Amino acid sequence: MRRAGWWGAALGVALVLSITLAVTIGPAEIRFDEVWASIVSHLGLGTTPLSVLRDGIVWELRMPRVLTAACVGAGLALSGAVMQALTRNPLADPYLLGLSSGASLGAVSVILLGISVLLPLAAFLGALLALAVTLLLASALGRITPTRTVLAGLAVSSLAGAVTSFVIFWTVTGDSYREILSWLLGSLSGARWPAVLIAGTAIIVIGIPVMATGRLLDSFAFGDTSAAALGVNVSGTRWALLGATALLTGAMVSVSGSIGFVGLILPHAVRLLVGPGHRALLPLSALVGAIFLVWADTIARTIFDPRELPVGIVTALIGAPVFAFLLARRSADA
Amino acid sequence: MSGAQETPRVSGAQEAPRVSGAQETPRVGGAQETPRVSGAQGLEARGIVIRADGKLLVDGVDCSVAPGSLTALIGPNGAGKSTLLRALAAVDKPDAGEVDFAGASLAALPRRERARVVALVEQDASTELPLTVASVVALGRTPHLSVWEGMDATSIAAVDAAIEAVGIGDLKARDFTTLSGGERQRVLLAKAIAQRPALLLLDEPTNHLDIGAQLATLAHLGRIAASGTTVLAALHDLNLAAAWCDSVIVVAHGRVVASGPVGTTLTPQLIREVYGVDATVLEHPTTGKPVIAFSELGS
Repeated sequence: MRRAGWWGAALGVALVLSITLAVTIGPAEIRFDEVWASIVSHLGLGTTPLSVLRDGIVWELRMPRVLTAACVGAGLALSGAVMQALTRNPLADPYLLGLSSGASLGAVSVILLGISVLLPLAAFLGALLALAVTLLLASALGRITPTRTVLAGLAVSSLAGAVTSFVIFWTVTGDSYREILSWLLGSLSGARWPAVLIAGTAIIVIGIPVMATGRLLDSFAFGDTSAAALGVNVSGTRWALLGATALLTGAMVSVSGSIGFVGLILPHAVRLLVGPGHRALLPLSALVGAIFLVWADTIARTIFDPRELPVGIVTALIGAPVFAFLLARRSADA
Repeated sequence: MSGAQETPRVSGAQEAPRVSGAQETPRVGGAQETPRVSGAQGLEARGIVIRADGKLLVDGVDCSVAPGSLTALIGPNGAGKSTLLRALAAVDKPDAGEVDFAGASLAALPRRERARVVALVEQDASTELPLTVASVVALGRTPHLSVWEGMDATSIAAVDAAIEAVGIGDLKARDFTTLSGGERQRVLLAKAIAQRPALLLLDEPTNHLDIGAQLATLAHLGRIAASGTTVLAALHDLNLAAAWCDSVIVVAHGRVVASGPVGTTLTPQLIREVYGVDATVLEHPTTGKPVIAFSELGS
C-alpha cells in the first residue's frame, strides 16, 4: 500500500503537468508559464499576460478540451476496473452492457434525424435506455446473474449497432458522415466548458465514491459465496456498483462518443505496477486513464495538423498492441 | 434407515448415536465432552429445508455441533453437504429452518457482525487475480474493517498470527495462483483464521490433497477446535473423520441419517446403508483410533 501511495503522488503530479503541458501544444505557440498565468488570472488572482485571442485559445478551446479528456479517461479506466472485478472477466470494459452502442444510437439519431435534443443528452438517454433494455432482457431470461447480464448486453449492443448502421445507411449525406464517424470512434473535438461540467460532475459525484470501494471489490476475488461469507452484501454491492459505473460511463460517452480501449487496457497496465488489489487499483487506474487520454487527445489533434483524428483511433492504435503484449504476458504466466 | 443399531465396536463410547426416525432425545449434558467454551452453546440447526430449481436438496435437517468440537459432516456425493454448509454459514438463506450459534440466530445478525462469528472455507475456492498470499489472508479481515480504513494494528497482528498458525510464513509474498493444492488450502485456512471466527465451517478441505497435506489440514483443524472454535468440516474420507473428529453428522439424500460420537456412529451397518459398501471397523495399531476397511457389497 505504501508503494501505491508513492505511485499515487507521482501520478497526481504527472497529471497536473500533463494537463498544463498539453495546453501549450497546438498550432498557436503558447508557453508553459503563459498557461499557468492564464489559469491564475481566470481564478481571479492577477491578470493574464496573453492577448485576448491567445487567452481565448488557452481558456476557451484547449483547457476545457484537455480537462474533458482527463475526466473521460479517468471515468472510463475506473469503470473498466470495476466492471472487470464485478464480472470476474479480465476482458470486461465499460461498454459491456450496451452503453456505448445505445449512446451512439442516441447521438446518431440527433445528428441525422434532426431530433431537437442536445447531443450529450440524447447520448446519455441512449446509454441509459440500452442499459435498461439489457437488464430487462437479462431478467426475462431468468434470475439476473452477471453472465446473463453480460450476454444480454452483447445482444443489445448488436441490435443498437444494427439500428445505428441502418439509420446511417438510410439518411447520411455529405458532411454529416464525418461527424458521425468521429462520434462512433470517439472524439473530444467539440469539448468546451459544458463538457467539463458534465464529465467533472460525474467524476466528483460518482467516480470518487466508487474509487473508495476497493475493499468490497477485493472481497469478490474468490467469488460471490466467499464475499458473502466475509460479510459483504453481494447483490446490493454488485447492483450499486454496476449502476454507478453505468451512469459514469453514460456521462463520459455523452461528451466524447465511445472511446475504446481506455477502460479495457489501462486497469491491466496499472495491475502491473501495483498488483491486483482494488484499494490501490481503482484510484490509480483513474489517474493513469486521465493522463493517457490527455496525451492521446493531444496526439489526435496535432499529429496531422490541421486535420484532426478522432481520439478513438489513437487509443485503438496504442491500445491494440499493448493489449497483445498483455495477452502474451498472461499466457506466459499461465 | 431403520432404527436398529449394532453394538458399538469401540469401547468407551459414551453415548448412543442419534438416528433419524428415533424421537428427538435431548443429548445428556449437551455434548460428549466437557464444552471447551464455558457457558456457550454450539451450532444448532432446526428444520433446514433448501430447494433449488424445484429440487429438494436439503430436506428438514436438524443437527447440532458441540462448542469447541471438531465435527465431520459426511455423506455420499450429492447428499447436500455443500448446500447445507452454506445455509449453516447463513450465506444462503434456507427455504425453511433456523440456524443458531451460541444461542443467537445467525440469520438475525447483521452481515458484517455475522462474518465476525462464522467463517466458511469453500471447496476448491480459486481466483484469477494474482494476489499475494499475504493479501489473500488479509481478506479475512474484511468484516472487521470499514470500507474506507486501512489495515489497523489488530488486523495486521491477526493476519500474522494466522500465517504463523498454519506455517505459511515462507509463502507470504508468493502469488496465490502459483501455489500447489496443499499450499492453497493452508492459505485459505489462514484467511478463515484471520477472520477470528467462533464457528468455522469447511467444505471438503482435504479435496485433491496428498495424504501428508490431508493429515496436516486435520491437525490444524484439531488445534483450532482445541483453542475453543467450533469446527464443522465436510469430509469424504471416513478414515480421516474417524481418526481426527470428535463426532460425525451423516447426511444422505438431504437428510441427517445419523449423528453422534465417531466411534458409535460410524458402524458397518450405517456405512452399508449410506454408501452401499461393506465395511469392517478395525483398530489402528498405534493410535487406537478406528480404521475402516471397505469392500464391495456382498463380496
